[in-house]
Amino acid sequence: MSGAFRIPSAGRLSQAKTARFSFDGQSYSGIEGDTLASALLANGVHLVGRSFKYHRPRGVLSAGAEEPNALVQIVRDDARKTPNVRATVQELYDGLAANSQNRWPSLSFDVGAVNDIASPMFSAGFYYKTFMWPKAAWKSLYEPKIREAAGLGVSPDRPDPDHYSSRYAHCDVLVLGGGAAGIAAALAAAGTGVRVILADEQAEFGGSLRFESGAKIDGQDGFAWAQAAIARLSAMDNVRVLPRTTAFGYYAQNFVALVERVSDHLKAPGHDLPRERLWQVRAKRVVLASGAIERHMVFANNDRPGIMLAGAARTFLNHYGVAVGRNVGVYTANDSAYAAAIDLKKAGVNVAAIVDLRDNPTGPVIDEARALGIEINFGRAVIRAGGKLRVSSMTVQPKNGGGERTIPVDAILMSAGWTPSVHLFSQSRGKVAFNHETQRFVPGTYAQDCVSVGACNGTDGLSATVDEAYAAGAKAAKDAGAKTAKGTKPKVDASENWSRGMLGAAPGAGPDTTVKAFVDFQNDVTAKDIRQAVHEGMRSIEHVKRFTTNGMATDQGKTSNMHGLAIAAETLGKPIPEVGLTTFRAPYTPVTFGAIVSHARGPLFDPTRKTAIHPWAEAHGAVFEDVGQWKRAWYFPKAGEDMHAAVDRECVAVRNQAGLFDASTLGKIEVVGPDAAKFMELLYTNPWEKLEPGRCRYGIMLREDGFIYDDGVVGRLAPDRFHVTTTTGGAPRVMNHMEDYLQTEFPHLNVWLTSITEQWAVIAVQGPSARKIIEPLVEGIDMSDEALPHMSVREGKICGVPTRLFRMSFTGERGFEVNVPADYGQAVWEALWAEGQKHGAAAYGTEAMHVLRAEKGYIIVGQDTDGTVTPNDAGLDWAVGKKKTDFVGIRGMMRPDLVAKGRKQLVGLKTKDPKVVLEEGAQIVEDPKQAIPMKMIGHVTSSYWSQNCGRSIALALVTGGRDRMGDTLYVPMPNGVIEVEVTGMVFFDETGGRLNG
Amino acid sequence: MLLIRCPYCEEERPELEFRNAGEAHIARSANMAGESDDDFEKFFFIRSNPKGIIYERWRHMHGCARFFNAVRDTVTDKFIMTYKAGEPKPAKLPKDSNEVVAK
Repeated sequence: MSGAFRIPSAGRLSQAKTARFSFDGQSYSGIEGDTLASALLANGVHLVGRSFKYHRPRGVLSAGAEEPNALVQIVRDDARKTPNVRATVQELYDGLAANSQNRWPSLSFDVGAVNDIASPMFSAGFYYKTFMWPKAAWKSLYEPKIREAAGLGVSPDRPDPDHYSSRYAHCDVLVLGGGAAGIAAALAAAGTGVRVILADEQAEFGGSLRFESGAKIDGQDGFAWAQAAIARLSAMDNVRVLPRTTAFGYYAQNFVALVERVSDHLKAPGHDLPRERLWQVRAKRVVLASGAIERHMVFANNDRPGIMLAGAARTFLNHYGVAVGRNVGVYTANDSAYAAAIDLKKAGVNVAAIVDLRDNPTGPVIDEARALGIEINFGRAVIRAGGKLRVSSMTVQPKNGGGERTIPVDAILMSAGWTPSVHLFSQSRGKVAFNHETQRFVPGTYAQDCVSVGACNGTDGLSATVDEAYAAGAKAAKDAGAKTAKGTKPKVDASENWSRGMLGAAPGAGPDTTVKAFVDFQNDVTAKDIRQAVHEGMRSIEHVKRFTTNGMATDQGKTSNMHGLAIAAETLGKPIPEVGLTTFRAPYTPVTFGAIVSHARGPLFDPTRKTAIHPWAEAHGAVFEDVGQWKRAWYFPKAGEDMHAAVDRECVAVRNQAGLFDASTLGKIEVVGPDAAKFMELLYTNPWEKLEPGRCRYGIMLREDGFIYDDGVVGRLAPDRFHVTTTTGGAPRVMNHMEDYLQTEFPHLNVWLTSITEQWAVIAVQGPSARKIIEPLVEGIDMSDEALPHMSVREGKICGVPTRLFRMSFTGERGFEVNVPADYGQAVWEALWAEGQKHGAAAYGTEAMHVLRAEKGYIIVGQDTDGTVTPNDAGLDWAVGKKKTDFVGIRGMMRPDLVAKGRKQLVGLKTKDPKVVLEEGAQIVEDPKQAIPMKMIGHVTSSYWSQNCGRSIALALVTGGRDRMGDTLYVPMPNGVIEVEVTGMVFFDETGGRLNG
Repeated sequence: MLLIRCPYCEEERPELEFRNAGEAHIARSANMAGESDDDFEKFFFIRSNPKGIIYERWRHMHGCARFFNAVRDTVTDKFIMTYKAGEPKPAKLPKDSNEVVAK
């Protein structure tokens, strides 16, 4: 026997399949097919958690996704500790371990419950009012304390070891919700042969047929019919049936996001199974069959464990075979709770009394309850519940006042009516309409190609629901292109019918009382809080919501929104539709980050790009740095060397012998076509028409605003062919920028652009011995200074493979950049390396490259410029073609502010103490004695120790910098002020003789 | 995720394949260097940012890589039509967009 409250004759689970589980360390027995909630209730456990704000004891309210109370932590192992799992959704597996939340030291004795006693302090808007003064206390005192106390559950503290999957899918008809309506719609659509996806959040299809014992369809019990129908649908090739799958977001153009819980219900999921699978479905038509959610009654202490929705109690009995008590009371304002009372009574549970707020309702369920001998009280209210850790009584009073009577009970089933679940419809941007007769919001104006059917559409009764849904399914299929229809509509033989109910506070929670009659269980919002919000001036329901936090918990107010709205409307003295409904937003139920992130984490978060020479660098001990997506060799430490020593050695080797550098990450674009030079003229500041084939030029690219966008050396290979290089990080945007102008502004130019970044590996060989290293390996290129001067390019062969050999220098030394097809990159590098060894060459990384270029005052776009630097600011006026009449940025450069005096200009800085290396980003001032905040006149953009200069060097952007040559400026730092002298930007070989040295 | 029709591929493709490229039909002057400050301001800085119909540029970045123009309603996010770069601003929008345009 799995629990004292299990009724063997009731429910659909097989008693034979037991499953052990634990809750707060206590071991229990359940049955396979149970949810954690049903298994706990079967063992008589109602107290499952403490509430968010007041730490009140809480029990299971519902039997589904709307659950606000029964949130637990499921612990699989040290890394898998999932908080805030709804016990009503979590399926039981053998060995499941769950813990209650928000309590200390134990669930039945919780110190935090002092908040309940002190609750007058914690009324609506408490946080906004209480923690205002003193201002400084917010950061140091209030916020840390609130953060400590707030929140439910404990986040796992290790990386998630599970994996998640994601799928895109397309279909003709997507049916959301697998109750009678959804199944009928799916049957109709599937019969036409179109592609159908049917999803339901539950493990088993059937929706409310799980508890509606009176439903008969096609001669079968409703639930059995649903299972048979699902079996038929699952067998069809054109249908995909997704259980345990929640549609949580409805986006533009019928794009619906669903999450499938693949393995959370399994004892030991194999590693081949993802934990969850995200489905992103594009549907031609969507059928919404999301049903309705029962509302609770709002009365004093309506949150005591043992008080639950009537439909939930019925589900626990009729599906799980669990009695939620032995002596239950019923409090209702509509017929559906009678059906629960009748089912429980028939199962042998004593029903102490039905309390019905209505005066003299009539109907078959009322007759049947009476015939079963159940006491029925019309026109009466339950004004409070007794008990603390479990409900012990209900106190009844005529609703217009009078004598009280207390009835002992161990559970109260309540129903204030049913709220159509319009969440997804509302997310689709449809507009809801208020039906005054039935007092509910139903779908009004549609914004997308979808249709609502059944309870979520405000359709009452199984017969009408199946008729409507079947017709809608057939129409959706036809609208999606179906030609023929096949199949017969299910016939409803018997159904239960009820509607109406009440909205807002019941008499036990009237305006005068200070009782805790909960509207929103998860956020601990009472009827009083909502009235108070109105009294304090909140008029819009959106403000009331935010002030009280009603409906803002993870349950999204599924049970509370309508009650909260009705209380606000009553207090405001306005009709409900005038107060309006708050907006429903995705997600419908909480979604894990894992499902959204899916595989895109760790190495798969972003591509990692490696050059052809990467393996060599790795084998030679390179330390790598990330440059965008690239891994670049940063420096090559030898045994015992730190970064500083390695970089110094590499820098000295390049200047004295030679160095090899992997420059493959440089962006490379080939600009080809009869109008290639014209195009280059328009995209770069420099003149290109007269550049002779075989020669190179340093080019600057501006944006239309006149600021430097990118730079690089461009070689003209032929009259109609340019080999353009860009910065490593700038390659994609430069390509986009060029394409944009070519396609939209200069489409008359006959030019083709091709990204060749990854096609060519680039090996920079720099230093006095550079030519000697390359020469022996090259065929067909005369490497003499006369034939191949600085800034020229030749095509030929190296090591037998094609090369574009550039004579250029980013170090100030005689230099070459050997471009070879990427596949040969490493082989050519190794050959050059072997030659280099004969001449004392070193491999150098990006850090040495930065130092060497800074010694020469060569800028790096994006480091020494920041998107507000003009060519003039950077001292690059010489690179702007003075005779040109047009290029991108020509007009922007003339803007008054860009030609004004006093702009920041790039200069060199030398610290007075040569040993001191400035910090990049450090601010520069004229007078270090001025009051704080000081007037900053610039900042350091590049700063290094230069072993070649025997001192520190820096570049900086300084206001009017070129007029300050020789001036002393100051860099205030936390440990004192650093004196610097403004200098030119070239620190080494000012005459440039070494380029040909 | 929106579906956007590429006028070159002649297919509706998911938004992920595209990049927005700002407002359309802002012509770059043939005499750029001679533009007045006011004209340059209009050309470079001023954008309409309408609530409603916007004419804007998109690039089918992960498809044919072509730039094209689109008419979109910034309120509903609905694409009313797309057309090739260089084609004139449509004088009339398709019929089913009347309601949107009337706003």
